[in-house]
Amino acid sequence: MAISFAVGGMELDPALIAALMWVMLFFTAMTGIARAYVQEEETGTALALRLAADSAAIYIGKVLSSFVLLVGVAIVVVPLYLVLFSVAPAMPLALAATVVLGCLGIAVTGTTLSAIVAQVTAQGSLMTVLSFPVMLPLLWIAISATSTAFVGSNLVALAPDLAFMFFYSGMTFVASLVLVEYI
Amino acid sequence: MGEGMAVRVDCHRLAKRYPSRQLFANLSFTIAPNSIFVVTGHNGTGKTTLLKLVAGLVPPSEGTVQIHCQERTLAPGEVRQTLGMVSPDLALYDALSGLENLEFFAAVRGIAAPTQQFAGLLEQVGLKKRSHDLVSTYSAGMKQRLKYAHALLHEPQILILDEPTSNLDSQGAQMVCDIMRRQRERGIVIFATNDLREVALADAVLVLD
Amino acid sequence: MIWKYAMGLFMAAVIIASFLLVPPTQGLGDMGRIIVYHVPTAWVAVLAYLMSMVHSVAFLRTGDMLRDRKAAIAAGLGTLFCVLATVTGAIWARGAWGMFWNWDPRQTSVFLLLMLYAAYFALRASVQDPDRRAKLAAVYAIFAFLTVPFLVFVVPRVYPTLHPNLINVAERRYEMDSILRLVFLSSVVAFTGLYLWMFDLRLRAENLIDQLERERGN
Repeated sequence: MAISFAVGGMELDPALIAALMWVMLFFTAMTGIARAYVQEEETGTALALRLAADSAAIYIGKVLSSFVLLVGVAIVVVPLYLVLFSVAPAMPLALAATVVLGCLGIAVTGTTLSAIVAQVTAQGSLMTVLSFPVMLPLLWIAISATSTAFVGSNLVALAPDLAFMFFYSGMTFVASLVLVEYI
Repeated sequence: MGEGMAVRVDCHRLAKRYPSRQLFANLSFTIAPNSIFVVTGHNGTGKTTLLKLVAGLVPPSEGTVQIHCQERTLAPGEVRQTLGMVSPDLALYDALSGLENLEFFAAVRGIAAPTQQFAGLLEQVGLKKRSHDLVSTYSAGMKQRLKYAHALLHEPQILILDEPTSNLDSQGAQMVCDIMRRQRERGIVIFATNDLREVALADAVLVLD
Repeated sequence: MIWKYAMGLFMAAVIIASFLLVPPTQGLGDMGRIIVYHVPTAWVAVLAYLMSMVHSVAFLRTGDMLRDRKAAIAAGLGTLFCVLATVTGAIWARGAWGMFWNWDPRQTSVFLLLMLYAAYFALRASVQDPDRRAKLAAVYAIFAFLTVPFLVFVVPRVYPTLHPNLINVAERRYEMDSILRLVFLSSVVAFTGLYLWMFDLRLRAENLIDQLERERGN
């Protein structure tokens, strides 16, 4: 909302609209996913959970719930955003795929970082400090794919971007499954 | 891992240091099967930390903790099935009822048990009437009782208790005594306390200073 | 002791050669000489980050605090060399593209790389317990390094960049003449040696600090 007030009425570049959309999704995710482990750690339920289950299993559960939550938010927010900025995406399905893959990547990396941050006493803004550089390559690609989906017509041009996002999420997911055992 | 298998805890040259101070160093001890082991000492000597080290929740600065079952060292995944813990640092979900908490943790542990069994556990800890109420409505003592039901859910061979009777009334304290005696038949009880009456229950005492 | 002096002489020789022996490159003139500094520092930065990850993996496997110290030192040196590569790159960009910074994909990715490891030190600074700090830092260092190949190798090749490529992949040949190549490769060796030396110095200093703190503590 604040974004549309601030830039209201201006003719915007599709790349800029795409970038703002992902910035918005990123910060939405930060407020949600950052809590994934932190809340459990603060209330003390994390201890009960760690006694009961394998950390990889806990991780998978948290990634799934973050992903579903994030996609749920995106389903509401993205169409609203497109209407507010009067963007009619040229390739709506490609846009949907980009958003879903981007949310997957954010959920996977965000959950791992949340597990790290939950162990820190002086958290402050640590979650954002850690997430921003780790997720930026993903957001970068997602922004580029989104702006292509807004105006482009060539589906083939999107393929490497989508493949990258999928590969990136997959790789960080596999690494995280191993790493969370040590957190 | 059924009952009757002798578990033993071996701690070898344990040390825990923080930048400003050292809690303990070069701590070696063995907890024998079918015994009650008590850790005592003034506040801030590291009782809670030692219990967490044994439970594998905190990494030691030096040394090792091994849990043996029939002379075989258990892997971390197996240790989890062997341990039950009650601690002030541990909490159950406020947004669920007592019964739902047990059902949830049983599901997480992969235990397929009928609801009657959970009801039995809740009765054992004196929460039968309130089992459908949310944990957020429980008093501190009731929460402590629920933690015992949670810790005993998977019939662990090792029960680790930090301040076992905190927030409990005299009936509750008696319940804890009964639980400890029964647990001793099944395996090991490790608990931390400063209450001399509780220390009297011990087969072995470790004093931290 | 001897190899330290040898390193110093070798480094001096490389520096002199970069100004006297290397011919001005076509199109870029004297600016081209910076390749003798820019690429080796970037190489050492990636090498140091890689070593930081290797030490982190070793720490998680063994729990040896020395590995944690080595991981932190390597990450610190990596950041130092990364800053040097960024600065030399910006100087070159001023000459070749007309401005120090224009968010070319290469520059964006190196900027992210710096932020990635700045976050590593932010994480280290916010944990008091050394055991926990070592563990969390190691997990983060491994996690962060997963992004490095994308930043260093993939992104600049996939996205249109003005950054020159050393190796012309299509024609499978080095785009350097023989003298430049010799000086350049010597510089890579010299900077790698410099990194190893600095690593050793830092490690000895950190070990002494640790020893001192233990003595004070007891």
